[in-house]
Amino acid sequence: MIEMSKDYQMMLEAYQQAEGNPDVFSDSKIANLVVHKNQVLGKHLVPGLEVEPKETKDGVDLKIRVLPGIKIEYPVHLCFGVLPKEGIQLINIDVEVGENSKVSLLAHCIFPNAVKVRHLMEAKIRVKKNGSYEYNEVHFHGEDGGVEVVPKAKIYLEEGARITTNFQLIHGRVGRLDIDYEVEAGKDAVTEMLAKAYGYGKDIIKIRESCILKGDGARGIIKSRVAVKDEAKSEVYSEVKAYGKNSRGHVDCVEIVQDKAQARAVPIVDVFEHTAKVTHEAAIGSVDKGQLETLMARGLRQEEAIDIIIKGMLK
Amino acid sequence: MLKIEDINLKKGEKKILNNVSFEVADGEIFGVLGTNGAGKSSLAYLLMGSSGYVPDSGKITFNEIDITHKTIDERARLGITMAWQEPARFEGIPIMDFILLGSKEKGHTLAEGYMDSMRLTVSEYRTRQVDKTLSGGERKKIELASVMAMKPKLAILDEPDSGIDMLSQEAVIAMIREIKNYGGSVILVTHDEEVVKIADRAALMCSGITFKVGEPIEIIEYYKEHCKPCPTKHYVPSEAEGFQRRMGPSKESGK
Repeated sequence: MIEMSKDYQMMLEAYQQAEGNPDVFSDSKIANLVVHKNQVLGKHLVPGLEVEPKETKDGVDLKIRVLPGIKIEYPVHLCFGVLPKEGIQLINIDVEVGENSKVSLLAHCIFPNAVKVRHLMEAKIRVKKNGSYEYNEVHFHGEDGGVEVVPKAKIYLEEGARITTNFQLIHGRVGRLDIDYEVEAGKDAVTEMLAKAYGYGKDIIKIRESCILKGDGARGIIKSRVAVKDEAKSEVYSEVKAYGKNSRGHVDCVEIVQDKAQARAVPIVDVFEHTAKVTHEAAIGSVDKGQLETLMARGLRQEEAIDIIIKGMLK
Repeated sequence: MLKIEDINLKKGEKKILNNVSFEVADGEIFGVLGTNGAGKSSLAYLLMGSSGYVPDSGKITFNEIDITHKTIDERARLGITMAWQEPARFEGIPIMDFILLGSKEKGHTLAEGYMDSMRLTVSEYRTRQVDKTLSGGERKKIELASVMAMKPKLAILDEPDSGIDMLSQEAVIAMIREIKNYGGSVILVTHDEEVVKIADRAALMCSGITFKVGEPIEIIEYYKEHCKPCPTKHYVPSEAEGFQRRMGPSKESGK
């Protein structure tokens, strides 16, 4: 018990270093869950939100339910982490957001000392009719690059449901990132997916985000912003398939490449219904000359200007 | 302050600037007038030090310092800056921060003052970013505000009035005068003879040469009579032909 308290304290300190506000874990209005490796160190719920964590050999299985008609006022704070240099954390998440419900999750994933850490997530998410689910995942890594992050999610949106995902890995070395999110959107459902990552050293970034617009009037946007430098590599696969009548989709990918880094952007757009429309834009290359020279004309050195441009893009 | 001597610039085989020479004094507004394709913007890029615009020959001196081969940021740190004809689009940079990028003084109140002077409603733009949600005219006004905030010794303004609504044109003129008032100089690149009227002196540019420098009214009259409308892209007024013969032929015009 004493050890767990120490771990809890260390997690909160790491959370604070990751620009999180630890006060949220003592605020009774804000639901939270703190998981270190495979240990649930803290949990607080609010009415209408059910979270059942089950510790497993390598991580935690989580069952999250938002009861029908419940709108959770404040974002639910999740803190996942592995503080030692080595370890594994496998999170299985099963989420169901009830009809006309609304919830926003803010997950901080903290691996400040990682030399050989694997953080794997398998999520199954169902958002019921007119429900709304927002999932923000912010990573905080150390400078060693010894982290492997593999989040996978299958998401089902019923009629009029909405999902917003926002993945950020811009603090510390990426290590190896392999995102695979897939959304199946029903009638009039709305999907917004945004992924941002900044790779350097020998980091490897692979992002696959897919949105299948099955229902009539479904809409989806997939946006990615990636910067790579040194010898880092990135591959971004953004896929929209439109089956529903009058469904609308858009893919927007920007990748900035510096030094010996390599980047690939693959927008995949399929339309199976003549009233549907999907558009895409992808820009890949070095820093935009116009942006760079505008900032340098204000007296910023080239490196400072590039830093501002990349930070702005990843903000 | 700024001395440009016999500047030549080629892009491939095409001559863009041909023996361009003029001087700009402290506190002077110097207009560069000419039709589209005359080489005005190329001259502006070259003076700012934009990549790809290093002169093939000639010399640029700023306050006795040879800046011919200095980079953009080195020139900027000497007090030169520029507002591009087509301002860049950014992501994630707040307008307030962008305006003060080159300013030694910081603070939201200061940024708001510059926004106000460019007729940007502070309450509307305070929390916005310099991104693609802004129109070209809005980005232009923000860029001009950032030039003003830098308090440059020399501001190169490439078509500062284009794309800006009529009500804000006065603000652009006031901004140019403000720079002059504190002793700064302005190179005002434009194809609009009305705008160049605020200059102290002006040069008429055609096919990469500045063949006439003088009082703005004199330049405007010549421009109206000989250059506008320009009958062909490669039209060179007869007086310029003579000038060009003296300076050496331009491969582009072939005249």
